[in-house]
Amino acid sequence: MSEINGKPKSQSIFSPELAARFDALVQKYPARRSALVPMLLYAQDEVGSLTDAVVAEVAQRIGITELEVRNVATYYSMLRFKPAGKFNIQVCTNISCMLRGAYEVYERFQEELGVGPKGVTSDGLFSIEEVECIGACCWAPAVQVNYDFHDDLTPDQVPELLDRYRKGVRK
Amino acid sequence: MPRLVSHPDEVRIVSRRFGMGAEKIDRYLELGGYQAVKKCLAQGPDWIIEEMKASNLRGRGGAGFSAGMKWSFVPKQSGKPKYILVNGDESEPGTCKDHLIFLHDPHSVIEGTVIAGLAVGAKTGFIYLRGEYRYLLEIMERAVADAYDRGFLGKNIFGSGAEFEIITQTGAGAYEVGEESALMESLEGKRGVPRIKPPFPAVVGLYGGPTVINNAETIATVPHVITMGAAAYAAVGTPRNGGTRLFGLSGHVEKPGVYELPMGYNLKKMIYEVGGGVRGGRKLKAVVPGGSSTPVLLPEEIENLGMDFDQVGKAGSMLGSGGVVVIDDQTCIVEFALRTISFYAHESCGWCIPCREGTDWLKKSLIRFHAGFGATSDIDNMQYLAENMLGRTFCPLGDAAAMPTIAFVKKFRKEFEDHLNGKPCPFAKEGVPQLTVV
Repeated sequence: MSEINGKPKSQSIFSPELAARFDALVQKYPARRSALVPMLLYAQDEVGSLTDAVVAEVAQRIGITELEVRNVATYYSMLRFKPAGKFNIQVCTNISCMLRGAYEVYERFQEELGVGPKGVTSDGLFSIEEVECIGACCWAPAVQVNYDFHDDLTPDQVPELLDRYRKGVRK
Repeated sequence: MPRLVSHPDEVRIVSRRFGMGAEKIDRYLELGGYQAVKKCLAQGPDWIIEEMKASNLRGRGGAGFSAGMKWSFVPKQSGKPKYILVNGDESEPGTCKDHLIFLHDPHSVIEGTVIAGLAVGAKTGFIYLRGEYRYLLEIMERAVADAYDRGFLGKNIFGSGAEFEIITQTGAGAYEVGEESALMESLEGKRGVPRIKPPFPAVVGLYGGPTVINNAETIATVPHVITMGAAAYAAVGTPRNGGTRLFGLSGHVEKPGVYELPMGYNLKKMIYEVGGGVRGGRKLKAVVPGGSSTPVLLPEEIENLGMDFDQVGKAGSMLGSGGVVVIDDQTCIVEFALRTISFYAHESCGWCIPCREGTDWLKKSLIRFHAGFGATSDIDNMQYLAENMLGRTFCPLGDAAAMPTIAFVKKFRKEFEDHLNGKPCPFAKEGVPQLTVV
């Protein structure tokens, strides 16, 4: 695909690697539209949120309207229209995690970061949100920082975990 | 990395390669991998389906439908392409078994998908993982690429002349997409709302073609059924409940973890022996036997309860996804009910009014109740409301919210009454925020 609905590919808002990945992705399925949900998530991973420009380019690449893209994007809880912090902390508080102290962990994150639910720290480094079950029930309480899982957390481990991210060490 | 556990009572079939490096294709082959699919190529589709039926392997997603029967419903002749769709949207609270399968044994999912394809005459399989499982998707994608490199996938698999392609897919956060028709919608690039049945997916499914949708654990079990033989697999379990299950023990239990136990294993023994008992030597208050949507059971109800689909059904609950959530006597059931229903209110896709409005109403009632502002009539209203959600929605999410609510209210009425008339929650702990809004 050398152009997207008349626009040369070089005008893509995505990195060349991601643009190339998307070129392949739309060809992968029996129907082009099947690429929509993955494309939105991968675009968000790179851009930070689903900006107007992301929605516009994804709509063009799939060949549907921007309204249709928004209609789908608003359904999925991981997709967002406002940027989160560089490290988005998602604390599972569902039943298995709740029983093992997830709310205490969630509180501690908020205290350490000085922001409330869905808040972003002023340096843009961290954001925090409460999420539904992340599939780590037997290793509860569990949180995800972006896509990384942290299992069996106690409130007292929170400061050190944050420090590791501040220093750029993922795990 | 999730902690692996073990217990002498375990019968390792699906989990036999966990922790052994089988995510690498050479190791998987060393451990007997891709032998089952070769056997299936030699034996042909009718034999595969008969073996699957005879194995009594029932769907591990929660519904417990016979996998062999499901496969046999796919029409032999079809004008449209047929598909296999592996459901790895694992999102039922209490359930994390597929997490370990994708992490430790991704090739078993691939091999099972190919076998399902051979059985029903599909040439394409999709493996759909929930969006949160990105690191597991990367493991799956690596495994699929390796299988292509070896010629185990592609135009001429194992040199047999047969064709099979696998496409991996990520979700982006939605419990509802674990329902099979919503899963197809999501894979087609739409909002994950359910489709009306009939037609069933085996007749009209993905892109309008006949589609087999199986849970990831079911699919990962298939190669083992073929290798062991259906009779040997069935013999591990109880009548009509073949084999083993990955049970996820979580909550107030000393040794939480995913344990593979024979179907029919006693629930009390599972909690007290396998799981090491209730945490801190406390008393058992209740147990959710198969993920958050299954009605809660009391200690006296689990004395002689074998964990298979039929026995748990007879006890008034469901085996569901095998997620056993243990609740100790220091837990407020009203709070637990509130957290459960908040989840369903959040995840209701909004398509069917009884579910969309019912879950929200139940949540609001429980918030008020837990805060001490409930009325006696609210207790009956919650039950009445939940009972009227049952069976009135396209998909089972409405039931999934209603069934546990009915059980909480019926079995713990006294505890609901203890929250009446402005009384503080009897279980509120100092310094811990009282759960009000999620």
